[in-house]
Parts: sequence; C-alpha cells; structure tokens
Amino acid sequence: MAADRAQKAERIRHLLATEGASVEENARGFNDGRYESVARLEEYEDYKDRARAIKEDAIEHLPDLIEQVRETVEANGGTVYLAEDAADANRYVREVASDTEADTVVKSKSMTTEEIELNEALEAEGSEVWETDLGEFVLQVAEEAPSHLVAPAIHRSCEDIAHLFNEHFDTDEDLETAQELTDFAREYLGDQIREADLGITGANFVTADTGTMALVTSEGNARKTVAVPDTHVAVAGVEKIIPTFEDLQPFVELIGRSGTGQDITSYVSLFSPPVSTPPVDFESDEPIADDPDDREFHLVLLDNGRMDMREDDQLRETLYCIRCSACANSCANFQSVGGHAFGGETYTGGIATGWEAGVHGQDSAAEFNDLCTGCSRCVNQCPVNIDIPWINTVVRDRINHSGEDGQFDFLVEGLTPDAEPAGLDLQKRFFGNFSTLAKLGSATAPLSNWGADLSPSRWLMERVLGIDRRRELPRFERETFVEWFRNRDVPRSVDADYHAVVYPDLYTNHVRTERGKAAVRTLEALGVAVEVPDVASSGRAPLSQGMVDTAAGHADEVAADLESYLEAGYDVVVIEPSDHAMFQREYEKLLSEEQHESLADRSYEVFEYIYGLLENGADISELRNADRGATEEIAYHSHCQQRTLGLESYTTAVLEDLEYDVLTSDVECCGMAGSFGYKSEYYELSMDVGSRLGEQFETPEAADRTVVASGTSCLEQLDSLLTRQPRHPITLIEPPKS
Amino acid sequence: MATLETFETNLEAVRTRITRTNTAGFTDTIAAVIDDPAVGVELPFEDLSLAETGVVCNPTPTQLREAACGVTAATLGVADYGSVILESTPDGAELSALFPETHVIVIRESDVVPDMTAAFETMGERFREGRNDAVIATGPSATADMGELVHGVHGPRETHAIIVEDD
Repeated sequence: MAADRAQKAERIRHLLATEGASVEENARGFNDGRYESVARLEEYEDYKDRARAIKEDAIEHLPDLIEQVRETVEANGGTVYLAEDAADANRYVREVASDTEADTVVKSKSMTTEEIELNEALEAEGSEVWETDLGEFVLQVAEEAPSHLVAPAIHRSCEDIAHLFNEHFDTDEDLETAQELTDFAREYLGDQIREADLGITGANFVTADTGTMALVTSEGNARKTVAVPDTHVAVAGVEKIIPTFEDLQPFVELIGRSGTGQDITSYVSLFSPPVSTPPVDFESDEPIADDPDDREFHLVLLDNGRMDMREDDQLRETLYCIRCSACANSCANFQSVGGHAFGGETYTGGIATGWEAGVHGQDSAAEFNDLCTGCSRCVNQCPVNIDIPWINTVVRDRINHSGEDGQFDFLVEGLTPDAEPAGLDLQKRFFGNFSTLAKLGSATAPLSNWGADLSPSRWLMERVLGIDRRRELPRFERETFVEWFRNRDVPRSVDADYHAVVYPDLYTNHVRTERGKAAVRTLEALGVAVEVPDVASSGRAPLSQGMVDTAAGHADEVAADLESYLEAGYDVVVIEPSDHAMFQREYEKLLSEEQHESLADRSYEVFEYIYGLLENGADISELRNADRGATEEIAYHSHCQQRTLGLESYTTAVLEDLEYDVLTSDVECCGMAGSFGYKSEYYELSMDVGSRLGEQFETPEAADRTVVASGTSCLEQLDSLLTRQPRHPITLIEPPKS
Repeated sequence: MATLETFETNLEAVRTRITRTNTAGFTDTIAAVIDDPAVGVELPFEDLSLAETGVVCNPTPTQLREAACGVTAATLGVADYGSVILESTPDGAELSALFPETHVIVIRESDVVPDMTAAFETMGERFREGRNDAVIATGPSATADMGELVHGVHGPRETHAIIVEDD
C-alpha cells in the first residue's frame, strides 16, 4: 500500500509540475466566467429546475423515447441503430464507412466517440480519421487523451502547442502565436474536410418529436462536418434524448454559461438530418445546388451500460448530465491537476465517477474517485442539480466492498468498530473511525499527544496508514467539551425564549473545545438556554471514506440522541460546517424522511443562529467591548459546505455588526477537506490547492488582518499556510468575560 | 430597452457589425458592405433581392471556396443574445454563411424577437411545418483551443448584420 501511495503521489507531483499551471488558468477562467454569466441570467434557478425535470422525465420514459426517435428520424429519411456496447457501435460505423468507401473521415468533437474509441476502430479498417475541433486536433497530433470534457487540450499552453506543431508538421516557418496556430490548423483541416467522404458528429441533445439534434460548438467545424460530405453519422448516448423540440430551450440558455462561462457559444446547430443543405463535391465545377446527391444519415444510439445505470437508483442521476464541465471547473482539486489525474478512461471531473462506473466499470472509477473530497462546491453549479458528491461517495462505498479479503492490522484493530468489509483500505478505515480515536485520544491525553508526536510513531503512521509526516496532528483535550459543560457551575436560565442544544461535534468535543465554550457563552449572553448533551458523532468521517453503512449508523444514533430535545422544542446549533451539512444534506439519504426533516428544519449553523437571534431582538451590546486580541480587520475564509448551503453571509453580517471590517476569500476550497490533506499521496495536491487561499491572504490588502475560518480543516490548512494563527469566528464575538 | 436596441447592443457585444437600411436602400447597402467576390442565396423576403448586388447566387464549389463574403438571410434575431437564426436551405444557405471570411446577415426588423423563449416558439412551429435545420449563430467563429481566444476558425472571422427597417 505504501508503494501505491508513493506512486500516486509521484504521478500527481508530475502533473502539478507539467500541466497544473495551464489547467489552473483555464479552469479558473471558465469558473469565474460561469459565475458572471449565470448572474446575468435572471431565470437561472428556474431554468435549472426545468432542465432537471426534463431530464428526469426523459430518462424515466427512455424506452418509449428511443422508439419515437427511431420513427421520426426514419420519417426524416435517416436510419437509427441502437448499439448495445462499444464494439457493436464501432462495427456499425465501420460498415457505414466501408459501404461509402470512406477513405477520409472528418469528425467534430464527441466524448461519446472517445468512450467507444471509434477512431481506432475506423483506422484499423484503413480510413484516415481527422479530428476537426482544434483542441481534439492538438490531442490527435500529441497522441493524448482529453483532460477536460469541453476544452480537451486545456492542459496545454500556446507555447506547448506551437512546439508540438513545429516538430510534427515540420513547417517552413515556426508557428508561434495562437492566431498562427489557428490559421495553420484551419488550412490543414480545411483540406481534409473538402476531401471527406464521411462526417461524424456527436450530439448534445436529440429531440424525440422532430428528430432534431443539437450540436453546441464555437468553431464551425461541426457545421462543415455535417454539410460537406454526403454521409453523416451521429453517435449519441441514449441519455441524450429529450421529448420535444421546445425542451431544448433551457439547455441552450444553460449549457454555454455552465461550461466555459459564455452566455451562448457561437453556434448551436439544430439539425434534423439528413440535412437540407446540398453536399459539396469540391472536384465538381457545377453549381452546388444543381447537383444534390442523396444524403445519407445514420444515428447510432449507444447503450454501453446506460440502460443498466437507469435501473441503478444511485447512478441514474448521472444520466441527467449534459457534460457541461461545471463540476470540473468549480472543483479545487481539478483546478490543480486537471482530467489526466481527475478522470478515468474517458470522462473527467466530478461527474466522471458516475460515467466511468457506468460505462467502463468500477475499476476505471477507482483510479481517481478519491480526488472528490465531498466539498460540495460543484453541487450548486450543476445545471441539472445532480448531487455529484453523493455519486462519488456511493461509488467509493462500492469500491470499498469490491476489494479482496484484506489483512487486519494490529494498529487499527480495535479502533475500527465499523460494519465495513475486512478488505477496506486501512487508511480509509482509520479516518472513517476517527470518532473512536478521538475518544481514546481525550481519555489518554496528554499521553496520546506525546505518543503521536514521536517520530517512530509518525513513521509508522505514514507507512501503514499513509498519514503524511509533514502534517501536524490534532492535539486532544483531556477534558471534553461535553464534560466541561457538565462540570461547570452555571445555573440554567428558567425563563429563556430560546432553548438550544450546542452539538458537540468530534473536533469541538475533543480537540477545539475552546470554540464550543465560546459558542455556549455567546448564546447564553443572548438569552438562550443551552444544553450540551453527549450526542454521537455525525458520521461525516466515515461517509467521506465511502463507508456509507457506518455513516448511516452514526446518523441513527444522532437522531436518537437528539430526539427528546427536538420533541421538547430545542433548536440544534452546529459549529462545524461539515457536520451541519450532514444534517441538512446527506442525512436525507441516511435517515427516514421524517427524521431528516425534523432535524434539518431545526438545526442551524452557529452564526446563522446568532444572526437570527439578533434579528429577533437579542441585544448585540452583550457581545461588544471585549478585548479578544484580534485586529479590527478580518480576513475570513468560509467553509466550502457552508457556502454551498448559502450560509457564509451570516458570519460576515454578524462580524460586521460588531464593527469588524471583513474581507472574504473566494477560492472554492482550502484543499484540506477533512482527512484528504493528511493523506501522504495527496499532501502536495492539498498544499497546491491551499496555496491559492494562502496567496489571497498574503496580498497587501489582507496580510495584516486577523485570519478567521469556520471549518476545522480550513483552520488546520491555514495554520500550515500562514505564519498568523487562524481562529474560529466565534472566538471573535464571545462576550466579555465578567 | 426596446427589442431592436437590445438586439443591436448585443450584436455589438458579440463582435457583429451593424448597418441599418430600408427596402429602398437595400441594394445599395449590400453593394457597399460586401467584399468581392461574394456568394449567397436569394433572400426569402418579398421586395428584397440580391439580383442587382453583385452577389453570386448558386455558386460552384470553387466560387464558394474563393468567396471573401457570403450573404444570407436570418429567419429571426434574438435580442437578448445578439443571436440570429440561420435556416439551412436546399440552395445552400448554410454553405454561404459558413465558408467565406465574412458573413453578411440580412435580417428584417420585424423578425427580431426579445428572447430565446420567443425564438423557440417560432422555430418549433417552423420545424413542425418541415423546416428542419437551423443554426443559432452568435458572433463569428471562435476558439480558445490554441491557448487564447482567436476568431475565424472553420467559420467566418467577421459577421455583419444588415437590419432592414420596417417600411
């Protein structure tokens, strides 16, 4: 295992050094563009809901829609072939190529043909195949796989491509600028298009009622690929079918914005092939329209695992994906390494786990699935509202269960009272059972802290568990937050308007007890009667390791532990954003609807709650006039899951009410993401992602500010990135000690 | 803002030049804006014709290849996006719109609709009546695949909208 981790770390290090800079510039550019473009679209959320509803409906009625497409395309004069798998699809297209004696085949960009490796199949039969999309053309010359769904050569800079072309084509004069490279490719591919006997495209959407395919492009190569040769083959996954022509509208509004951040791409072709444009024979001298050869059109609808995905309650959502790449562009890890690390055989980015598990199998997904940290930043960016982190979690759970029977190690035996298979990776098992370790850590502190710091134990932890030696380990408090609350001698308020449980999450209870105490003191100062009962840990730790059953066990315990409080009218106040997100989001999947709703409706992120108290008349002066050792100017990094839930503004608002000047970060994630940054194979990636946050907080505007963050992992990451000691915002507002 | 003004603002935002004219001035306007040699297809609009403009309609493949400019009609304009709907026709409108360096788009003021919702309603009707192929075109052809944004890849480098005012 240690060797595997070292190899993985080496691969990531290599990609960070070679492709990272170009990927980062492009992916972040697309991501910024998306935020700006969707902000201009007034009905953005409505369109997302409509798009989602159309896809849900289409996948539910897919068998009927396939038959309807067959009828309409045949009525238009084309042919439909339903291909069972890659081999079947390739065989069919090869036959078309052979029947039309296609020496030269031109293609527009299509991930589906990448999935089935159509080019190789056609070349094996003697056809010359040319990718006419410039990004794909670069990859064809470089003999590389796409690193991005939409911009396949995102990992290559202009300089890089110039070097590649000058070597490969041995041009008279060296090509240098993007303009020169584009002009060269236009001429070169123009020759191929004029020669072509067969044009192959994908399809972004296919409408069942009119047999229309939508092609979303910018260069014009898809239009030429369709227009010039007299035979056209379109290869599309069956999931591309939507019921009606009008259903295209929300997708046309959303797809460019969600992908590259353009309101709309240059061309959205809406073709119901065979198209009415006359084919062009460049060897003829006759006027084009006077010589209308009969056009031939074949629509190859590809199953290749999709109909099974449709039957799979967890993977079905993947079929709603419109391959826009928003999940990749908004992913902090993807921004650092791109699709050559964060991708499988064909697909890249967050949703790739679903696609790869469905079309190529779990092994392909297993290669990169751990790069999804579950930070959830992609969730609100997806134009069809797919819960991408959940798909990653489920597939991780399945991968965990597919391992061989593994050895059980002395170090973790006893620390892992879970329901997971014996073969589960020790590192995952260790992090997934952090609650057991934390209890033991507090019970034996300070001895546990000294032991963990000793270099032989760090060596062993890295060797066996893959915990990177460069990370500081959490220091457990001897007296837990729950014990502190139980032992303190403060009378309960008898006539309080509000009653709240402060949830003792794992870190607040065992490691960062000071923020729990500050939360209690703050709420009490604002007139809340507080309880801190002994409640089970949320299950976030096992869930992020893909240990779904174990996490569900935690959820049940939490629900049971809090039941009587909820029944008695208590609110639940949560300090750790990732645990709050569990209650709000993931518990929907782990608990009964009733249990989830009663907890989700009544639980609040701590600043959300304080904001509500202040809005409802609580006296903010209770919190003023304390010397808390912070500057008046704050640099605040909200937690990724907190932002997904739209809760960042509460912290900012409360701090501003207390006359702090707040500057906020705008990176997607700090890169620590729970256990992720501790893992030796991901340490460098974690630090690379973190450096974007570090740089923001080192700018002249931020360099002298007190650094504040809501999440435990964010605080740990900031601590390692900066010389300033970061703090939880609750410690900036707790009342003056009397 | 009125639909036409919004359309013009957004055409400019997507790098499309604009010339306004009317039925009487149409022939002179076309003659003035086209680069020779120009190809195109006859316009589907009453009172507007390319006959006297020097545009070669129904070109040969060589004429298509060598044309500096292509002139075709747009069925609709979409104000919110600065987009035009270009329908494919058996006389090859798609080709004249796609191959030459400059695409000159003829659009009537009355065919400009405010948004995609309206555009899809009209297109839906036309598709059901048998008009089967169209392109929603927004600005010139573009790519960023070579490391930075470049215009004029496989399609036109420049787009020029001739807006024919209502009489």
